[in-house]
Amino acid sequence: MSEAESSTAAQAVAPVQVHYCEVCTFPLEYCEFGSSFKKCKESLQKEDPELYDKYYSDEALQAKLGTLSLEAQAKLEKEAAKKEAKAEAKADAALKKKLASQVTIKRIERNKRKHVTSVHGLEAFGVDLKKAAKQFAQKFATGASVTKNLQGQEEIIVQGDVSGEIVELIEEGVGVLKGIPIDNVVEVEDKPKKKGGD
Amino acid sequence: MFKKFSPSTDISGQTSVKSSVQRSLRTNILSQWKVDPETFDQIWPKKEPITLVKCREHISIYQLHGEPLFFQHYDGPLFPTLRLVHKYPFILPKVGVDRGAIRFLLAGAHMMCPGLTSKGGYLPPADSGLPAGAAVAIFAEGKEHAVGLGVLKLSTEDIKKVNKDIGVETVHYLGDDLWAIQKL
Repeated sequence: MSEAESSTAAQAVAPVQVHYCEVCTFPLEYCEFGSSFKKCKESLQKEDPELYDKYYSDEALQAKLGTLSLEAQAKLEKEAAKKEAKAEAKADAALKKKLASQVTIKRIERNKRKHVTSVHGLEAFGVDLKKAAKQFAQKFATGASVTKNLQGQEEIIVQGDVSGEIVELIEEGVGVLKGIPIDNVVEVEDKPKKKGGD
Repeated sequence: MFKKFSPSTDISGQTSVKSSVQRSLRTNILSQWKVDPETFDQIWPKKEPITLVKCREHISIYQLHGEPLFFQHYDGPLFPTLRLVHKYPFILPKVGVDRGAIRFLLAGAHMMCPGLTSKGGYLPPADSGLPAGAAVAIFAEGKEHAVGLGVLKLSTEDIKKVNKDIGVETVHYLGDDLWAIQKL
């Protein structure tokens, strides 16, 4: 700390440039404690071999052992591997869920010639519903809002029948609608049941 | 404090800060942190408007151009964010923990005295001891950058004497939800 004190004399001190890992966002030296150590290591090796050597060469690894006993080290490593496997399984499950989830575009008849379109399930693909609603509203020049449906899930209601256009938008991946596989999109038509006198 | 923190539910409002309040904030920080005015101008240039983000449980985060710079819990000490500490590691006094403790710190645990007093740990020497309640940056054995920020639960001398239970309460650490927010 004495170094820092002496250098803070009169002039402004330039900030330290810290290299952050692209995979886990931690500073590089902390990758080993993250849940994706292997991936971090690989990406660094590809991006910047020099830095990789600094952190993962044999000498560096030796120096890192520090005061910890070998036993404790082995335990730590085991734990880390376990954690990594867990994180991987979690990511896998999330991906599977994402692949299985569907976006439902429903055309709801309001009265004979008028419709509203409800879009459900966008959030599973990491789309910000509010932003998507805004985009729809701007694109179609109609009202679009985020509402809760009967099951308490959030969906976007767009005024007017724009179901076809929305499917196109998703297919092209415009704006916030990026990365939704078109196979997962279903179009449904919903007519309210006719009442007796109708 | 930031173990569970999601911007969409925990933020109650954003306001720009009055210039008089900004001035007092500036003097406050300069008196609390070990930073000279010139360097601080680099962190927060004069005349740049700062935004106050109010969150649940009396947490206020101050941000400049959408980037969180420092935060405060109720009336407590002002903390820089960890990214700021990485850039200017001298602004908070240092304590160090040994290698075995890093794992727990990254899971959000408070730092226990033995981890600070053991061979890999670091505590300031007796003549520059810190009182309880001081904000500290937590460094780790064999690493050059800080892993977390905390508040001393005991004074540094007491930590050495008691050597049991919580020594530093973790406030903000690598990988918590405030770390995850790069831009609000």
